[in-house]
Amino acid sequence: MLNYIVRRLLYMVVTLFFVSILSFILIELPPGSYLDTEISRLQSVGGNLSVQAIQDLRARYGVDDPLPLKYWKWISGVVHGDFGESFEYKVPVGSLIWDRLAFSLALSFSSIIFSWLISIPIGVYSATHRYTIPDYIITLIQFIGVAIPEFLIALVLMVVASRTFHQDVGGLFSQRFNDAPWSVGKFIDFLKHAWIPIVVISLGSTAWLTRVMRANLLDVLNAQYVQTARAKGLKEGVVIWKHAVRNALHPLIMAAGGILPALISGEVIVSIVLNLPTTGPLFINALIKQDMYLAVTFLMFLSIMLVVGNLLADLALAWVDPRIRLE
Amino acid sequence: MAQVAAPANVKRAAKKNQDVSQVSQFTLMRRRFMQSKLSVAGGILLILMYLMAIFAPFLGPYPYDLIDSNFQWAAPTPIHFEGLRPSICGLTQTTDPATFSFVYTTDCTKLTPINFFVHGASYRLLYFFTSDIHLFGIESTTDQKLFIWGADRQGRDLFTRVLIGARVSLSVGLVGVALATILGSILGTASGYFGGAIDNVMQRVIELIQSVPTLPLYATIAAALPHDMPVVQRFFLITIVLSLVSWTGLARQVRGKVMSYRAADYTSAARIAGGSHQRIIMTHMMPNALSHIIVVAALAVPGTILGETGLSFLGLGMLPPAVSWGVLLRDAQQVQVVTTYPWLMIPAVAVILAVVCFQLLGDGLRDAVDPYG
Repeated sequence: MLNYIVRRLLYMVVTLFFVSILSFILIELPPGSYLDTEISRLQSVGGNLSVQAIQDLRARYGVDDPLPLKYWKWISGVVHGDFGESFEYKVPVGSLIWDRLAFSLALSFSSIIFSWLISIPIGVYSATHRYTIPDYIITLIQFIGVAIPEFLIALVLMVVASRTFHQDVGGLFSQRFNDAPWSVGKFIDFLKHAWIPIVVISLGSTAWLTRVMRANLLDVLNAQYVQTARAKGLKEGVVIWKHAVRNALHPLIMAAGGILPALISGEVIVSIVLNLPTTGPLFINALIKQDMYLAVTFLMFLSIMLVVGNLLADLALAWVDPRIRLE
Repeated sequence: MAQVAAPANVKRAAKKNQDVSQVSQFTLMRRRFMQSKLSVAGGILLILMYLMAIFAPFLGPYPYDLIDSNFQWAAPTPIHFEGLRPSICGLTQTTDPATFSFVYTTDCTKLTPINFFVHGASYRLLYFFTSDIHLFGIESTTDQKLFIWGADRQGRDLFTRVLIGARVSLSVGLVGVALATILGSILGTASGYFGGAIDNVMQRVIELIQSVPTLPLYATIAAALPHDMPVVQRFFLITIVLSLVSWTGLARQVRGKVMSYRAADYTSAARIAGGSHQRIIMTHMMPNALSHIIVVAALAVPGTILGETGLSFLGLGMLPPAVSWGVLLRDAQQVQVVTTYPWLMIPAVAVILAVVCFQLLGDGLRDAVDPYG
């Protein structure tokens, strides 16, 4: 087991190294750089900018360096926790991202938990009541749930919430708590705001997990040990929850790794609609403004979330299912 | 001897399956596909949607880019029936002096009838035909206008815009998936058939691409595209962006299939008979994997449509003046706007309908591909 984890971790580092190269190249692709915009801005406010000053600026930000050298400068900083400087905000990238990453992580994680809590009971109900009217309704809702892009649900929920409940939507905190230190009041306020993004982000994966759960349980219900359990006179509830569901959960854990990319992508786009202080808005803005170190760092961390999440899913699977040998 | 007559339905079922060994596989597939009513319905709806996209200028009463400052943010025109004849009430625009927003007052004393096959702005259809006949509309002599789905910020007819937007949104899925399918099947077949180092490198590349979350990856590549390029060129670049990511899943699936065929007896037989790699791949692997490829491709279309919608919504995909559902939804980005003008969400309904239909179709195809099961 330990051997396996160490091997996976090493492998992960290699993958992330290549991901960093890939994202660096992608972000370097657009012609021009943030500095060009900056120089034209300085020229428009401050009149003439001498050729020497432009040269100095270019040298300071290293825009004319060849790509491998730029990458080397950046990655050697990253190893020490220095992610470069944001062109737009004029502060180190590290100071901008941690809060936002923490919120992103919290939202994605809560969304996974939420989608599990919802999808397991519904999937079980749907499988044990196959071909009844509620089952058909659940199936239909699943289809639609998978089809609706998250940002649309976000919009609809926001409209409904602000129209019918007159609730203040968008953001993660009310005005007065925005800059306040953490307290019980702030936490309650946070919960009041966080439920919309959590529901929205997890809806698609909830629908999908319900389908997976239903299909798994239907397979397991045909197994002989379920028949045996019934034959020896166990209560139906015990048969379902203790014998069948436990064994139907494994593919669901496997699926948890599969829904991570969707959750992370969903989180990025939903937070733009809902105006959340997470990675999404800042990342897209950095992309548009060519604020490259900020963008590349976000892309890296989103990938790390994905890769680590997949590893955790694999480990969890090995833990609940002794039939799986991790070698 | 007395004979017991079998019930009619059993007889029919037996008769239906009697010829399983005689009819072609295609007939069996069609039969199985027709059995799932939802998939057939999805397929028919999709054909309708594509037809509507093609005939958009005929179906829509106004040109999609006709700006009319007299009808900014105009709500969907209520339709009254005068006897059997549909008609619309008069609408006048005034500016609220307090809020500076537009206020529309309806005046149902003078009704303007809706006519069918009216003459309007001329358009070109299918690049050949020029016409000025629109399916419905009101006489252009009046200063009234008919907006069955309302108008946007610049007074453009949302109904026509959704129809025109379908051209980009519905074709981006097909073109993108077609590219991804070609790429995915070639690379997947090569990877599964030859194995070894090729396979190893290919799988690592796929893992690398898949370890970056999809939407951020789309956004990063799309952000690299210059902003000032012709609409057609941007369209193709966006489809390439979408397919560059989505081929990976397809290649994995094809690889798995091809690997299982490679071990089959008929492949060994073909190799012993002296068949070249090319021949084995083209006559044994590809036809076998084809049905599977089609299914995976059909199921990949919704993701691509949603990808384009998401990118355009963020302002990284198609950009105005191009029209796509994502571009239209960009108008609906602020809650205040959507609460005041809820009809701006209509393009979202179109997106959802298209995606659900493609999923139903893909599901039906998946069941039909294996008609012996």
